[in-house]
Amino acid sequence: MASTHQIVTANRLRDGAVVYLTADGRWSETLACGALAEDKATAADLLAQAERSVTDRLVVGPYAFPVALAPEGPQPTQKREQIRAAGPTVHPQFGRDTGIARAAR
Amino acid sequence: MPLIKDGALIEDRWTRVADETPLPDGPVIVSLARWQAEREGLTGRNGALGILLASSEAPEAIAEDLDRFDLVCLDFPKFQDGRAYSHARKLRQRFGYEGELRAVGNVLRDQFAFMVRCGFDSFAVADGAVALQWTRAMDEISVVYQPAADARATASRQRQHPAAVDG
Amino acid sequence: MYRYDEFDHTLVAERVAQFRDQVNRRVAGALTEDEFKPLRLMNGLYLQLHAYMLRVAIPYGVLSATQMRRLAHIARTYDKGYGHFTTRQNIQYNWPNLEDVPDILEELAEVEMHAIQTSGNCIRNVTADQFAGVAADEFDDPRVYAEIIRQWSTLHPEFSFLPRKFKIAITGAPNDRAAVKVHDIGLRMVAGPDGAPGFEVIVGGGQGRTPMIGYVVRDYLPVPQLLAYLEAVLRVYNQLGRRDNLYKARIKILVHETGREEFTRLVEEEFAAMAGENPPALPGGELARIRAYFQPPAYADLPASTPELDLALAGNRTFARWVKTAVAEHKQPGYAIVTISLKPIGGIPGDASADEMDAVADLAERFGFGEIRVTHEQNLVLPDVPRQDLFALWQSLDAAGLATANVGLVSDIIACPGLDYCNLANARSIPIAQEISQRFADLDRQHDIGDLKVKISGCINACGHHHVGHIGILGVDRKGVEYYQVTLGGDATENAALGDITGPSFSGEAITDAVETIIATYIGHREDGERFLDTYRRIGMKPFKEALYAAH
Repeated sequence: MASTHQIVTANRLRDGAVVYLTADGRWSETLACGALAEDKATAADLLAQAERSVTDRLVVGPYAFPVALAPEGPQPTQKREQIRAAGPTVHPQFGRDTGIARAAR
Repeated sequence: MPLIKDGALIEDRWTRVADETPLPDGPVIVSLARWQAEREGLTGRNGALGILLASSEAPEAIAEDLDRFDLVCLDFPKFQDGRAYSHARKLRQRFGYEGELRAVGNVLRDQFAFMVRCGFDSFAVADGAVALQWTRAMDEISVVYQPAADARATASRQRQHPAAVDG
Repeated sequence: MYRYDEFDHTLVAERVAQFRDQVNRRVAGALTEDEFKPLRLMNGLYLQLHAYMLRVAIPYGVLSATQMRRLAHIARTYDKGYGHFTTRQNIQYNWPNLEDVPDILEELAEVEMHAIQTSGNCIRNVTADQFAGVAADEFDDPRVYAEIIRQWSTLHPEFSFLPRKFKIAITGAPNDRAAVKVHDIGLRMVAGPDGAPGFEVIVGGGQGRTPMIGYVVRDYLPVPQLLAYLEAVLRVYNQLGRRDNLYKARIKILVHETGREEFTRLVEEEFAAMAGENPPALPGGELARIRAYFQPPAYADLPASTPELDLALAGNRTFARWVKTAVAEHKQPGYAIVTISLKPIGGIPGDASADEMDAVADLAERFGFGEIRVTHEQNLVLPDVPRQDLFALWQSLDAAGLATANVGLVSDIIACPGLDYCNLANARSIPIAQEISQRFADLDRQHDIGDLKVKISGCINACGHHHVGHIGILGVDRKGVEYYQVTLGGDATENAALGDITGPSFSGEAITDAVETIIATYIGHREDGERFLDTYRRIGMKPFKEALYAAH
């Protein structure tokens, strides 16, 4: 079943790192720390909050992406977000230990 | 809108007039369409005349009329629209326009130097505070590799004629 | 090679300071991301999937050993110990911090390098034949003109906000190794009626969403008119190129929509009108000054062959095989041009570790005059190797893991970074290249298959040149799943051709099998000495299509 859950992500201004918006308005490199929006309205609220971080020059280009709920935590459904979460599939040594399934084929 | 000319913030004495609006006294800026529709009346009018060209309007349209204008404004609808750079060079270098050439629209500090090289000499900006950065914006890059509408001596000219200086 | 004088040094140093100020203003909040983005792009700084990416220009692909060592140093100090050589003869670093970039640029400026105009809607790093100045088939040295174009295009006040990016390539040889027919402007050096060197000017080629082969806008352009003519082409494009649709903004679309005849007329009209307006000239003194930097080095009188080399060639099959692929004919007897494959079996095409960069720098000094070239096929070149040293060079390369004898063969794959790094990608490129490379790991098999160019792009922007691959592979996204469309018969040379699509795309699991099927079909049909491309041109798509889709 298609999940309607979303998490808000962006790249950090200073180093470009992939970050996720947490429930208390901070940014984490760990996907599992991302605030889960269960509906469109919540996602819109999170994005509005993220835009304030853009103004504060913390992050660049925030957007929401879909995740599926799994016992080990939220999983991105799109390949692009799987790779953003885990790092390049061709350089496992640069991947991040996110505790989520790697994006390898 | 704040206006920068010769590196200083100055008062803008020009009024931009919409096409359907009656002309007030004093210096006015009209669109190309109005100029083409009302050139008789505009020429007979007492008061300085300026024209605004959109970035899609090539300067050929006014090449024959340049002695009628005391001001030509070229619009940058967004700063990434670079057509007016070519239009400015043609006005200066091909059509010999010597009056005020003003950049209007999305005119930003980081493009001042390019604009000056292409022949602009006044700049309508959103925030007059950038005038404070004028000197710095002009001095950031002291070497030019290509001739343009300004009189700066290119690197290759200075290499061949070590005494060559700007001007 | 060219060395900066005081003007070049000053400009690059000032540009670094200018960018440092722009970064500071961004971090301080004086510039928004929208305002900063074009500024950082004009200094080669992208924001990719995982991090910033800095693209450093290697103008016309020419590097000194000193510069290569600096690239290695930057990879170690500011990045994760490697760099990626691209199809535009640049190098990309995948992990720099924003605030380190001005320091990196300063390190580059110290060795006469920069990242100016490696991105953005401006005139990009000019590319050239990687064998320029040393190729046996060369008519004139394109590096001279590439350097002149580099300077003219740098911070050009009129052409920094074009409708879209603008790429110029130049070759001085009849055998086109610079893909000039698929560039916005391609320049091919030719002799004029009086025998004087000049250029055939090709406009409107390009890959991307709407691939096109360029057309000849001018048969012969005398050297002194080069910059003025380029300026005329650029001015027509800057004024008339489409700005309403990103995908229709390249000059090829303008040429296509305007018509070749009318476009040519517009350019010639602009060129004529500019004559009295102080157009950029190429004074003889400046031409001579720049040409002097590209004088041949002090070649020795060396034998084309030695008993020891003959013995090694006869007795060492691995070495002989490497010579067959890596060595090209040099214009100077006794010397060879050696291509170093950056495509180890199963490796990432174009990636080089800092240690490998240092090793190549050392070898460039030991077996040449300290010069290195970067190819658009993502390999490196040592341009001046004494033939008598080939065996010693090979041994050193082998020790460094850089002696894969696959240049020009099936595993010498071009691949863009793809979805592993790139913000624009739809699918991954590198893992596909790795899998194909591993499938054909057996060098005997590769040599039997012969000349074959496999080129992979992870999206329609075609950085991996798939349109002009003998076998082209394009990654597409089908509902979040990676699929790969295949084209056959593309060619980037003087006989430039765009590949034909085979049919429905293949899944990531099936694409390597598809490549194997294509190659088996070729082997089954080839006649004596026929390359893949020759066979394809002779027999057409049908047999390949039948083999690929037989089961469906």
